[in-house]
Order: sequence, then C-alpha cells, then structure tokens
Amino acid sequence: MPQQLIISIGREYGSGGHEIAEELAERFGLHFYDKNLLKEIATEKNVDVNRLEKYDELPRSVSRKVRGFSNSPEENTANMQFEYLRKMAENGKSFVIVGRCSETVLRDYSCMISIFILADLSYKIDRISSQQGISREKAEILINRQNKKRKDYHNYYCLKKWGHSQNYDISINSSRLGIERTANILAGYIQERMSISIPR
Amino acid sequence: MVSQILAVVIFVVMFFLIITEKFERHIVTLSCGLLTLTVVFGACMQSMTAVTKTLALHRIFALDFWYHAGETAESSSGINWATIIFIASMMIMVEGMARAGFFRWLCIQIANLVHYKTIPIFITFMVMSAILAMFIDSITVILFLAAVTVELAQVLKFDPVPMILAEIFCANLGGSATMCGDPPNIIIGTALGYSFGDFITNTGLIAGISLVVTVIYFYFCFRKELLDSSGKSIPVTNYPDPKEAVTDKKGFIISCIIFLCAVFLLITHAQTGLTVAFIGLVIALATLLTSAKYIPDLMKKVDYKTLLFFIGLFIVVGGLEETGILTATASFIENISGGNVKLMTAIIIWVSAIASAFVDNIPFAATMIPIIKSLSVSQNTSLSVLAWALSMGTDIGGSATPIGASANVVGTSVAAKHGHPIGWGEYCWKTAPAALLVLLISTICIFIRYF
Repeated sequence: MPQQLIISIGREYGSGGHEIAEELAERFGLHFYDKNLLKEIATEKNVDVNRLEKYDELPRSVSRKVRGFSNSPEENTANMQFEYLRKMAENGKSFVIVGRCSETVLRDYSCMISIFILADLSYKIDRISSQQGISREKAEILINRQNKKRKDYHNYYCLKKWGHSQNYDISINSSRLGIERTANILAGYIQERMSISIPR
Repeated sequence: MVSQILAVVIFVVMFFLIITEKFERHIVTLSCGLLTLTVVFGACMQSMTAVTKTLALHRIFALDFWYHAGETAESSSGINWATIIFIASMMIMVEGMARAGFFRWLCIQIANLVHYKTIPIFITFMVMSAILAMFIDSITVILFLAAVTVELAQVLKFDPVPMILAEIFCANLGGSATMCGDPPNIIIGTALGYSFGDFITNTGLIAGISLVVTVIYFYFCFRKELLDSSGKSIPVTNYPDPKEAVTDKKGFIISCIIFLCAVFLLITHAQTGLTVAFIGLVIALATLLTSAKYIPDLMKKVDYKTLLFFIGLFIVVGGLEETGILTATASFIENISGGNVKLMTAIIIWVSAIASAFVDNIPFAATMIPIIKSLSVSQNTSLSVLAWALSMGTDIGGSATPIGASANVVGTSVAAKHGHPIGWGEYCWKTAPAALLVLLISTICIFIRYF
C-alpha cells in the first residue's frame, strides 16, 4: 500500500499558490482539491453545489448560535468541508488541498505537510492585473480584499494565525524563484519528508 | 443617580456581549447579574431589600407560587422562578417524547396521511409546526420538523428550503398563540398573571387569523419551487415508514399520555388554580418516574445554560427596575405618544418587533414588562392590551430575520448542515414580508377589538 501523503497549501491571493498546488498534485499523482471539494460534498449529499459555493472560504456573516447550532451559512459550509477532509484523511486518502484551514484541520495526521505560499505585493499585482486584465490599482484593491477575507475566515476557525510561519512546516515567497522553481523546491522538500516519518 | 447609570451600563454591556457572542450568553448574564447585585444594589444602593426582592427565592416557598384560587401574578421584579421551573420541566418532557421517537413519528405519519405529496406536506407541516409550537418550545419543534423535511426532500426530490422557512415562521406564530408557546409569553404570562385561556382568546385569535393568511402567503411564494417537484414519480418503497420512527413503544405511549395531560392541565389551569410552575413540575416528575432508567440521560439533556441565562437576565432587568430606569423609560414612551393609548400600543408592537428582529426577544420582553406595567398605571389603560401588543411584537418580529428567534437559528442550521445553507438575503426576502403582514394583522386586530 502506498504511503499516505496530504499536502496542505495556504496561499496569499495572487501568489500563485493555486498553480503550485496543482503542479505538486500532478508531480506526486495526487487528487487536487480546491473549490471542487464542495462539488464532491454536494454530490455525496445530493444537493445543489451552487448553494454551497456562495459561502465558500468566507468570513462568518452576522449570525447566532443556539444550543450549539450556528446558522451562519459560511460556518456550516466550512464545517462541512472540514468534516469531509477529516473523513478523507481517516480513510487513508492522499491528496493536495488548497486553503480551507486544512493545516489546522488535519494537523493530527503525520502524513500531512503544510505549506504557505506568500509573495511580494508588486509580484502579486503584476500577476493579477495581467491575468484579469485590470489596472494595477484595481488589482491591489482586489488582492487586499481577498487576503483580508482569507485571513478573517482562517483566523475565526484556527487558533494559530493565517500566514504565521509557526503554523506551517514551510513558508515560501514565490516571487523570489517564480512558480515553477518554487514548486521544484517544495517537491524536493516533500520527497525528503516522505523519506522520514515525523511523529506529530 | 450613580446606581442608575451603573444599572444601565451593565444592561447595555450585557446586551452587547449577548449579540457579539464573544462569551457564552449564560456567562454574560450571570456575570452582569452578579455585578448588579454587588455593585448596584450592594455598593451604590446599600439595599439588602433590593437584593432579596430581585433574587425572589422566598416566592418559591409561598403557596400561591404553586396554587392560587384567584388571579395573582408573579411580581415582575427579579428572578421569575415560575418561568425557569416551567421551561426546565418542559425540557424534560420534550426530551422524554423525543427519546421515544414521538416527533419523528408525528412528522412522518402526517406525510404518510397526505400520501407523500409535496404541496399537502408543505401545508400540513406549516399547520403542524404552529400547533406543536403552541405547547412545546419552538426549538424542539423545528429541530425535528426541519430534519424530517430534509429527509423527505431527499426522497421526494424537492428543495427543502422553502418548506423549512415556512415551518420556522409558523412555529414562531404558533408560539405567540399561547402562554407556554414562546419564552416571552411565559415571562409575560407569569409576571402579569395571565392564564392560558387569556392568551388563547387574545393572541391566539390573532395568531389563528394570521396562520390562515401565512399559509396562503407561503403557498403563493413557494408554489413554483414545490410544484416543479410534485410531478416526479418516486418508488413507494423509498418512503419512510412512521412505525420505524418509534424507538420505544411503551415509552412512546407514556410520553403521548404525559403530553396530553400537560396540554389539558395548561388549558384548564385558570379553572384548577394550578400554576404553570406546578404543572411543569408534575409533568417533569411524571416523565422522570415513567422513564426511571433514562433519568441520567434526560437530566443531561436539560439545557442548563439557558436556565442560567434566564436567572442572570432577570437579575440585570431587576437592577433596571429597582433603580427606576424602567419607570423613566415608560415616561419617555408616554411623552412621545402624547398620552395617546393607540399610538402607545402601536409603538410597543412595532418597536418590539423591530428590536426582536435583531436582538434576542427574551431580554427585550423581560425588560418591557415593568415598562408596560408602569404605562398601564400612569395612563389608566388596560394592561392586557399592552401585554398582547408586546407578545405579538416580540414573537413575530423575531421571524423577520435569520437571527431574530431561536427557531430561526436552529431551523436554518439544520438546513445548512444537510447542504442547504440559507443566507440573510434569501431568508429575509421571503419571511420579512410575512412578518410585516402578520404585524399589520396584529395591529389591526388589537385596534378593532380593544379600542
């Protein structure tokens, strides 16, 4: 039976974390989960995925808790994903997961390698403005807004803060080497980690 | 003056902390209650009388707490022990019924009776939600109804969200019909000495008219979504069987008998003289004695945090009352209404509704009771009219938003856990107009009947 491997990737908006995660999934032959995690959940529960996607990776809106029941759609969608991730990990599945507090949700699994991809602001602005065909000013606003959402989302569910190096096995700035070479470095790190077993 | 300022500060901080949910709400109210007792009553007022009056423990040992021949009320000041005992007892009874599978059986039985047809299920579940919520807390009603709705939606291939939204609304509406339906009504009833009969013939009548309008409203609101699915053919073997819902046959029969006894005792309590505290205690003891081996389980499921929340809340509101803040607030309402009782009633119903749509309606109702009492005396107007206005305002206002009432939170949470998250937009788009409609009906009914 092949060794179980879970790669958790946190990322700043515009850092290329998503592409790096896809690249690592391809290199290690792993399932890649991002937004599509909700598709699997929706299929399993036989519900409309569009309903769930509206609340994916968003900070909790104004809501209440009564006897342990929260009516925050964002919180319930997040918890559904956390449960699904735990279930996959428990079943011995190997995969790459982007975001979704996965470094905290799966922290008890020694086969999980947590990575955070950051980048310089100018690099992120260059990528986003060219990818989306928008001005640099608009790109900067968009980056700040998205990163704030990710930070608020993460920090609501996790004790350790989003992007803080103590929370991850490795944090790397993708603007120094670019997407491809950053992926190379990370692939090497993962290979090294797979050769030893680190108890958590 | 210092004591008044401190009482207001404690109350505002308590409300703020309840809304923000930074701490559990029973911790908030108990801490604020402790501050009221020590700082406001102890340090500032140096009044042991205020402390004992607010703690109100002596009332439990009085005969009229358990039995009274005429119409007597719990003093609105301080801890309303009758409310706490009644709510705790109902929790035990409801847990006994749930353990035996009563609620799931009832839901599936009704679906079975209407041959698992979507539209008839939609209508009967709305009516059932309202009727059950007249006697049982709306949280429990919705907890089971929403879960069965999701289950039926999977089998019958319909979107459960419209049905859950309608059920939540009807549970809140049903709760407004009786003294024991909704916590604000229990507090109003016990504090002001109204009986089950008083509620059913006043708020119950308004709720009945409103229910008819609400069912029609929701039918036209959601008929398209529901009709789309009603033509699908589903194999009969997939339908859930009501018999499978019953987990303990003997327990089921006993819990049904206890429930019917509770309903009978509550309906006749004005005639028998038994107070709701007494009825609650008898029903809870009957549940425990008939399920002896499940006593630890039943006791574990009592929501002690809610009971502690009530205790703390009553102390803080007692602080406002003892320092004269609530009398001053009543004078303020008197001034802005210019002594016009109709306007005053309209203010109570609509302000209660707006406030209850966004903040917990229990602290709001508890705070408003001494205010309407004071208004009734100063304006020489009927206290009952103001009480019905307060009841309808707090109960129905809470239906307008997903955070307004506990049933809304639980219902939308059950839907979300099953993959049907409901946002503010979707919730308010359909239910806020229904709430406005019912509030309008309530205002018109109160104006026509009492003025």
